[in-house]
Amino acid sequence: MRKIKELIIEKSLLSSALITIAVTLGIILVLSVETVRFFSEVSIFDFFTDTQWTPLFTEKHFGILPLLSGTFLTSFIAIAFALPIGLSISIYLSEYAPKSFRKSVKPLLELLAAVPTVVYGFFALVVVTPFLQDIIPNLSGFNSLSAGLVMGIMIIPYISSISEDALHSVPDSLREASYGMGSTKFQTAFKVIVPAASSGIIVSIILAISRAIGETMIVAVAAGQQPRLTLDPTVPIETITAYIVQVSLGDVQHGSLEYRTIFAAGITLFVFTFLLNTLSYRIRKKYQEKYE
Amino acid sequence: MAAEMEIIMEKPIKEPKILGSVIDPSLKKKPKIEVTGSKVWYGDFQAIKGIDMNIKANSVTAFIGPSGCGKSTFLRLFNRMNDYVDTFKMEGKVKIDGKNIYKKKVNVEELRKEVGMVFQKPNPFPKSIFENVAYGLKIQGIKDKKFIDERVEKALRQADLWNEVKDNLKKSGLALSGGQQQRLCIARTLAVEPSIILMDEPTSALDPISTAKIEELIFELKKKYTIVIVTHNMQQASRISDFTAFFYMGELIEFDKTKTIFTNPSKKQTENYITGRFG
Amino acid sequence: MNSIRKNRIKDQIFRYWGIFCTAIGLVLLSVFIGDILIDGLRRIDWDFITSLPSRKPEKSGIYTALMGSIWILLLTTIIAFPIGVAAGIYLEEYGKKNKFSGILEINISNLAGVPSIIYGLLGLEVFVRIMNLGASVLAGSLTLSLLILPIVIVATREAIKAVPTSVIDASYALGASKWQTIWHQILPASSGGILTGVILALSRAVGETAPLIVVGALAYVPFAPESPMDEFSVLPIQIFNWISRPQHGFIENAAAAIIILLCITFIMNGIAVYFRNKWQQKWK
Repeated sequence: MRKIKELIIEKSLLSSALITIAVTLGIILVLSVETVRFFSEVSIFDFFTDTQWTPLFTEKHFGILPLLSGTFLTSFIAIAFALPIGLSISIYLSEYAPKSFRKSVKPLLELLAAVPTVVYGFFALVVVTPFLQDIIPNLSGFNSLSAGLVMGIMIIPYISSISEDALHSVPDSLREASYGMGSTKFQTAFKVIVPAASSGIIVSIILAISRAIGETMIVAVAAGQQPRLTLDPTVPIETITAYIVQVSLGDVQHGSLEYRTIFAAGITLFVFTFLLNTLSYRIRKKYQEKYE
Repeated sequence: MAAEMEIIMEKPIKEPKILGSVIDPSLKKKPKIEVTGSKVWYGDFQAIKGIDMNIKANSVTAFIGPSGCGKSTFLRLFNRMNDYVDTFKMEGKVKIDGKNIYKKKVNVEELRKEVGMVFQKPNPFPKSIFENVAYGLKIQGIKDKKFIDERVEKALRQADLWNEVKDNLKKSGLALSGGQQQRLCIARTLAVEPSIILMDEPTSALDPISTAKIEELIFELKKKYTIVIVTHNMQQASRISDFTAFFYMGELIEFDKTKTIFTNPSKKQTENYITGRFG
Repeated sequence: MNSIRKNRIKDQIFRYWGIFCTAIGLVLLSVFIGDILIDGLRRIDWDFITSLPSRKPEKSGIYTALMGSIWILLLTTIIAFPIGVAAGIYLEEYGKKNKFSGILEINISNLAGVPSIIYGLLGLEVFVRIMNLGASVLAGSLTLSLLILPIVIVATREAIKAVPTSVIDASYALGASKWQTIWHQILPASSGGILTGVILALSRAVGETAPLIVVGALAYVPFAPESPMDEFSVLPIQIFNWISRPQHGFIENAAAAIIILLCITFIMNGIAVYFRNKWQQKWK
């Protein structure tokens, strides 16, 4: 009967959709189980307060702070570079540039995000670091500054594209009101349009931050493998992601404490990106209702 | 040529599939469509406030009235297109050939083969002319190529489009002019040989010449089909319909022979609308 | 008077600043690519493409990594394409009515933001260990499929949304069932958009490194995979490996391999954009 066939098709399609739930559950389960096992041998207090991370040395320390500081230092540099540039691009394209320019430039910018990150890592190590070493004499071969700047280049489209969409969707009536009073484009953009699109812009920033802290290859290639609790951008550090790569390349025994460290580090990363993504989703939903 | 004419004009006797019963000769006297006590809500908004109506077979009935008065909603009761609106709720009976089509056991897809619909904006599929007309047959599982070819030609002739497209049936349906596209949509509906054709403002998006062509077509078609047409154009209603129903704010104000409605309406409201005092 | 002039100047300055910012990213990218071409172009020849990796940079080639990448690409397509499109169809055509679909939506949006290395950890535990697939091409492809699944789903949904409702109404009005309407009308009409999304997702997969490293793709593989259960390497991992070596010859190799990887990536992106434009033209 036709109705049975339709039902079977619907349920098969549903099962494909349910795989996405299975993936999330899988991630949470896998990370949690190994982390719990990890904490059966390492105290939670040490994990959060020890200032050294040396699970692969003979004298083992399991403090996550150095990895966290490495992650946030590189991400901070990336955002500090990408935010003003990305935002300026979005304002320029939305408020100043002619339509044809906007149309042709947008896909070019998105090209920046399409380049494989290992390629960016190469640039950071082989091009940017030597270049910066001429300017900053003490810059070591592996450092968070080069990695951060190159990461920033990669992140520009995350901020510029989403912010530009947000600015573009602000109704023209607001612009007309502002121009009608004799304001320049600059005043209109910064005093009227940007505030109106603020939630969209904030969403883009949150997504960019989330992307930055989850980035692996640029930092694995160029930032170093020395976990260090520091804010100095000229020295080698290690991020959470680079540590996981380091262990995966080595000969760590499955089931050992050292093996479990990658899950403990991983779940820390996951928690941060999860919170950021949930926050941006909430803001996005709220602001969609505003303009619909 | 004579043989072809016979094929076109001959409408095979079919058993109405939704009913599963043989045609009862006495049915010819009964109304084709019979509506009792119908009420429709979209959420909290009541779009139809209690309407009874009988529609005669092989006639053209026009629904007229100002925008938002419920005529399209009422029309869509006959082929259950309202079912797709989430907030739709209805009460009352809608009987076609004596059987209530809103009963649970009624197969909606079978219903729509009996009751076809042509929409306001021509909506041919992004496929070839042939594929457009053959679609309704293909989804019924009909595979006989010869049968499909014959039906497609018959439908295109009935829709007065055959001569304009017969040399290139593979051309995309979207490449035709607006008026031709609408006739293609009519052919598409005719190919499945329904007994009722619903038309929701079929010419409002067309130029006057295409409109005239389609009105001629409706005039021809009513010999074989029961047609219900929603229209904003009162001259159109008075030109082509046998019966007219005037709707206002979800209610049926007046329903009578078209001649009566337009020359001697019994309700003041009807007269006001017809003479252009509002709407 | 004075403040009007000041405002005009600010306006002009910002205009130039905006152009500068727009250019800077692309200028830097061009500089990088120029550098790559200088470093690596001369290293590319038929030997480079067909040689296996070796300890000597002059003898090393990308053959095994390239084969690995092609295997991964094909398997990932086979896995992710049907599942992603099916899930997208469900969410867009069947799932609208219940609260459950809201949860599915949030979940997919979240998965799209999970760092790729986390998918690597998932793949390591589930595919490599629990399902006992080892560090095989299959395990790597399954992991990457999960990674790109949200992209394929979103692309499918967007493509389906763009199909005009008038065409869908016409199909139902002729008595077609829901699945018939999807199969005969909606999918053909949205195929361009879906294809675009899938190709973009795959071009992302071809450049992925971290999750495959975690799953266990080796940096030094002396053979090309011959079955889905074989061990493997991929082009980005080979590049990563070469960058980590001290000899300068390997930097040249890395640059050459990057040129090839970028060519593959840009060609795939180009094809996707071509399909997107063709498909958008259909509706004009």
